[in-house]
Amino acid sequence: MDEKIKQILEILEENAKASPEEISALTGMSVQEVSQTISKLEKSGIIRHYKAIVDWDLVGENYVYAVIGLKVTLERNLGYQAIAEKIYKYPEVRSVRLLSGDHDISLTVRGRSMKDVAFFVAEKIATLDQVQGTCTHFVLKTYKEDGVILHEPETFERLPISL
Amino acid sequence: MRPSCNPSKFVGDKIKKLPPSGIRRFFDLVTELDDVVSLGVGEPDFATPWHIREMCIHSLEKGQTAYTSNYGLPELRDVLSRTYYNRYGLDYNPASEILVTTGVSEALDLAIRATVNPGEEVVVAQPSYVAYLPAVLLAGGVPVPVSASAETEFKLTPEALEPALSEKTKAIVLNYPNNPTGAIMGRKDLEAIADLVIEHDLIVISDEVYECLTYEGKHVPTASLEGLKERTLMLNGFSKAYAMTGLRLGFAMGPSEIIHAMMLIHQYTMLCAPVTAQIGAVEALRNGKEEMERMVRAYDRRRHFIMKGFDKIGLECFTPKGAFYTFPYIGAYGLSSSEFAEKLLNEKKVAAIPGDAFGEAGEGFLRCAYAASLEDLRKALERIGEFVDGL
Repeated sequence: MDEKIKQILEILEENAKASPEEISALTGMSVQEVSQTISKLEKSGIIRHYKAIVDWDLVGENYVYAVIGLKVTLERNLGYQAIAEKIYKYPEVRSVRLLSGDHDISLTVRGRSMKDVAFFVAEKIATLDQVQGTCTHFVLKTYKEDGVILHEPETFERLPISL
Repeated sequence: MRPSCNPSKFVGDKIKKLPPSGIRRFFDLVTELDDVVSLGVGEPDFATPWHIREMCIHSLEKGQTAYTSNYGLPELRDVLSRTYYNRYGLDYNPASEILVTTGVSEALDLAIRATVNPGEEVVVAQPSYVAYLPAVLLAGGVPVPVSASAETEFKLTPEALEPALSEKTKAIVLNYPNNPTGAIMGRKDLEAIADLVIEHDLIVISDEVYECLTYEGKHVPTASLEGLKERTLMLNGFSKAYAMTGLRLGFAMGPSEIIHAMMLIHQYTMLCAPVTAQIGAVEALRNGKEEMERMVRAYDRRRHFIMKGFDKIGLECFTPKGAFYTFPYIGAYGLSSSEFAEKLLNEKKVAAIPGDAFGEAGEGFLRCAYAASLEDLRKALERIGEFVDGL
């Protein structure tokens, strides 16, 4: 990969709000060159989306998250893709992944309460014809999300001056 | 009552003559002040990558705390040998041509003690890291500083080198990528001095600890030049590339005769390098490339950032090609390096190292390290801008 593109992606992956001016200062590319490269990356789908990681707890919006493993059976003319599509259309579903191992599909669901999530799974997911079984794990605490550590980062002391 | 005495008389003459570190007073000043933004730190601001730390912890849990071979863990020498063969086609026998040391600092001391006889001269290209001159003095040698100045992009040229060579010259110390200037020497630059080195039958002690932190072009090991391998001691370590400064691990690669001579001193003084760090180093070389390159890219972003900042302020600065230092010229403000650094610290609480700490050739310059967070760099640049505006 082009070293400059890698730099831009790494900067944006860490801070999606970095402006073309800031990225220019960090890479030595001109502001125009940065802007053009970013719009190319957006158009080609390399950059999919920009979003904020929100700590809803701090504004008193208490959400409950659950990781749910699904066992599914495939039917003629209906592959994993089609099952995933049925599932990911629900706004409660935050992520859907095809897995190896014990479960076939894993999803993350967000709700207002455990009951809320449990009913959603029971009514909308478990009832799908292809779903053979579900296994719901409620999230008690998130320590790291998308590469961001959600508590105090580790620090260490350096001498203030060294040669 | 028995007579009392002044213990300072027991300190040996050689040590009494050793020049004091130029920044001792400066260091005390920094620690007294609050809210100092320091660009004076000569080490990474990253913690050692977790996979390396984890391997060290695991080895401690297993009780791997015994001495290793004097030369270093065979496993580490093997992987070092393979690494340098793969990177540069340099072939060092892990059994006899590699010595693992307690940091590059020890390797430097060993290299000089193993080669330099009392009275022999060692040419040191300056500005340079502060340990070279004292290491030569401690070995009874005579250091001969040579200026690798801003006019030649801080590279050592044959024009500067030749007049410094005499019949007594035994060795030459190079440090590229360079601390404090960030200069590098490419193949052509090294070729230009190679003939002199051979003509005068010198050993090259090449401190390449910033090897992996090369941003423009590829690093060229001195030993990779035709005719230089058998007269070069390549010194390197894990501190800068893998953020392992406090773990103290370095190594020397060179002709077996000299490596053996270095090992003789090492076995009586150090016995072996710390085993935990050696185990971490094996892990660093085996699986650390990605993390290391991620850190290098982060330094590179900061390099652009600080250079752009200097440009805005109007500070003249050579664009560093390696290491994590900038060396702006501050001679135009009518202050010496020390005066400038001290005033900047007292008035704006930014710590940077006066250039003359790295030899006379560094007078008129300031070493600003960019191994600091972007936030700190932004703050420091703002304060430096205000400072020079007020001069």
